[in-house]
Amino acid sequence: MPESPLSKHAKAEQAVMAICERFGNDRTRLLDILLEVQARFRCVEPSLMECIARQIGTYRVEVEGMVSFYAFFSDSPRGQVVIRLCDDIIDRHAGTEEIAQVFSRILGIGFGETSPDGRFTLEYTPCIGMSDQAPAALINERVVTCLTPARAEEIALGLKQGLGPGELDLPEGDGNNLNPLIGSMVRNNIRLRGEVLLSDVPADAGLHKALRRPPDQVREEVERAGLLGLGGAGFPAGRKWRMAADTPAERRFVICNADEGEPGTFKDRVLLTERADLMIEGMTIAAYAVKAREGIIYLRAEYAYLRRYLDTVLQRRRDQGLLGTDADGPGGFDIRIQMGAGAYICGEESALISSCEGLRGEPKNRPPFPAESGYLGYPTIVGNVETFCCAARILDRGAAWFRSWGTKASAGTKLLSVSGDCERPGVYELPFGISVRELLDLAVAPDAAAVQVGGASGQMINMSQFDRRICQEDLPTGGSVMVFSAKRNILEIVEYFLDFFIEESCGYCTPCRVGNVFLKRRIGKIRQGLCQPEDLDYLRELGKTVAETSRCGLGHTSPNPVLSTIANFPLVYAALLKINRDGREASFNIQSALEESRYLAKRRSMIYDPTYEGD
Amino acid sequence: MAEKFTFSLDGQEITAEPGQSIMKAADAAGVYIPRLCDTEGLKPQGSCRVCVVKMNGRTVAACTQPARADAIVESETPEIMGYRRDLVRMLFHEGNHLCPICEASGRCELQAMAYRLGITQSTKYPYLQPVRPVDASHPDIVLDTNRCILCGRCIRASRDIDGKNVFEYVGRGVHKKVGVNGDSLADTDVSIDDRAINLETCPVGCIIQKGRGFFTPIGERQFDLAPIGSNGKGRKA
Repeated sequence: MPESPLSKHAKAEQAVMAICERFGNDRTRLLDILLEVQARFRCVEPSLMECIARQIGTYRVEVEGMVSFYAFFSDSPRGQVVIRLCDDIIDRHAGTEEIAQVFSRILGIGFGETSPDGRFTLEYTPCIGMSDQAPAALINERVVTCLTPARAEEIALGLKQGLGPGELDLPEGDGNNLNPLIGSMVRNNIRLRGEVLLSDVPADAGLHKALRRPPDQVREEVERAGLLGLGGAGFPAGRKWRMAADTPAERRFVICNADEGEPGTFKDRVLLTERADLMIEGMTIAAYAVKAREGIIYLRAEYAYLRRYLDTVLQRRRDQGLLGTDADGPGGFDIRIQMGAGAYICGEESALISSCEGLRGEPKNRPPFPAESGYLGYPTIVGNVETFCCAARILDRGAAWFRSWGTKASAGTKLLSVSGDCERPGVYELPFGISVRELLDLAVAPDAAAVQVGGASGQMINMSQFDRRICQEDLPTGGSVMVFSAKRNILEIVEYFLDFFIEESCGYCTPCRVGNVFLKRRIGKIRQGLCQPEDLDYLRELGKTVAETSRCGLGHTSPNPVLSTIANFPLVYAALLKINRDGREASFNIQSALEESRYLAKRRSMIYDPTYEGD
Repeated sequence: MAEKFTFSLDGQEITAEPGQSIMKAADAAGVYIPRLCDTEGLKPQGSCRVCVVKMNGRTVAACTQPARADAIVESETPEIMGYRRDLVRMLFHEGNHLCPICEASGRCELQAMAYRLGITQSTKYPYLQPVRPVDASHPDIVLDTNRCILCGRCIRASRDIDGKNVFEYVGRGVHKKVGVNGDSLADTDVSIDDRAINLETCPVGCIIQKGRGFFTPIGERQFDLAPIGSNGKGRKA
């Protein structure tokens, strides 16, 4: 007997209520609740929003606000298999479009569509942290990399024949990707192991040494080492720890930011795969240093394939007495994993905290800083994966050892994610202060004509600037180094980055929400040959307003691709700009300007159309 | 009670209490800093950015930045005024703001702010021309989010004063808009008497009360009589 719609709805509500109850009907766990509801029903439709809101004591529109904020949620059903093809600029250059055509052809749907039988959804998604093995895609949680049209066809046909994403026959990855708990075809592509992170590290040596010292000395060691946040912002880690420790509070939190989303960055992926214990060791040291008992690893949705492995590592460490809530010492600290749901902005520390609290991933107003008032209002240290790994090493080997690498302002080594037009893309651990040229030589990039340092929000430099150095004093980066050869179109790259920021802006403040759209439109006009030199002033002024008046780092840096290319690639712009003569606007094209009115009037213009002969 | 202190705002000495925002301290001293999302009686959120000032060389939102002893704050400088003009232009171009046919004309804070900042003709930015359905489902209220500037005043008023949460932000980035707690306004428990619906709350013509359009003759409307900020606090009344 067919199920009546009513009982189906009642069953759905029951399931949603059970999910809410498993999270204690806790409003602050709304992100987790929505992740489970989305996974179960392939959407969070309004009736389910209503049910969740009732269950956790909030309003439907607040749940809708969450669902509409995160890219991995939808209010109408997605397919059983969601294929998210990465359309990052590196992937595009590697052939995303061709791959997209293969998926579309075989599955019979376009991008942004779900097949009528509800089996498949095709979507584009920004950088999934696989730029060193592009083009890549996510098939539900499974990562597929190094896509060729032939491999894409094989995958699409397999899925169409009914194979689940986990049943696809794919090559093996390397290193710990072979661990059955990960079982991924992802390759680490570690090209150079430095002494701090990627060489062999003794297990928990830093933690044991830290526990023998009073917490304030542990904090001082990290401060003396000059450790800066390695996610991109570069704030002194030790100062954060001190602020958190000095703020009187009943609870404190340590959060690891594993929301690696800056286009072209993938070094945290490698650390999560190969140095999970070191990262958790660093978090445990931080917890000891600031007297925190609770920790969170915020793992980006794109890295869900690492979840099972990380959970196992956490459990093993609990079993070893290195974590867990019921013991003294390090065991007084425990960690949970918070999955993200597809939002670049959540890499910003206060947005990440909002997200952990079950809110839209919008940055918070500062002051107060998270170290004073963060997660749930308690002092919170948010640190990047690499930062916590370094902290553990510093406690093992000492501040002076750490400072023996790098520059005055940037101590230690840095994991650099190199991708694009080079022969050896991958992760390089190098001391801060290395020149771009040295790095390009290591990565074998003889054709490099432009290098984007620091991801979409970083700087694009030209060949004459390759002796510039990667460090706080010169070119800071969270790790992303994208190499472009002379055959790439600089303005296509700039336009792509702006599209990325438009898509990923949270929309909270005016300049970032609106200004980036205007920047992009004008770049598009320049590319069409419809601009004159004055348009560069427009871009500079607008870019300055966006950078100066935005509320958080996203808007402070989103004009960088425009401003740095205007400064460093003036000829690229000059070639497309038209200079006015005789007081006429050379960029004005009367024929294209008339197109719209011709279309509306459904007839040609008598005056301006040289071919017009009358009706 | 904690010690009061002073800071400099465009060369004028302003007294502030610990924790007080630059905006609040300036308001108390009768010095107006332009603003749109901030309004008396609601928690500041720092989203429109029109109140940007420079504090010791760093741009901050005056409505959310606590004043600091000995801070040097710049507000009416050419650079800051330029930013404010750009921001107000962005808001004009983001939505559909057709002043001559808008019911809020003359009491609209966006329009008044444009006049105050000297924006009197069309500008260099493109128009985004949103096409969002108008919600006229409620017997007393119309919601036209094409005219919304996302100041969030209705959201905060409904949540913090009315205790109803009728409104909330949905979407993100340039697709962010004000949503309602239900399929449409008629589906919510909103009332014409809510603070969220009060004419003082929506700074533009996004929330309109039915049956009382164009009630003040041109020449006698609020900002016909005195420019925005004339009372030193930017309040409408």
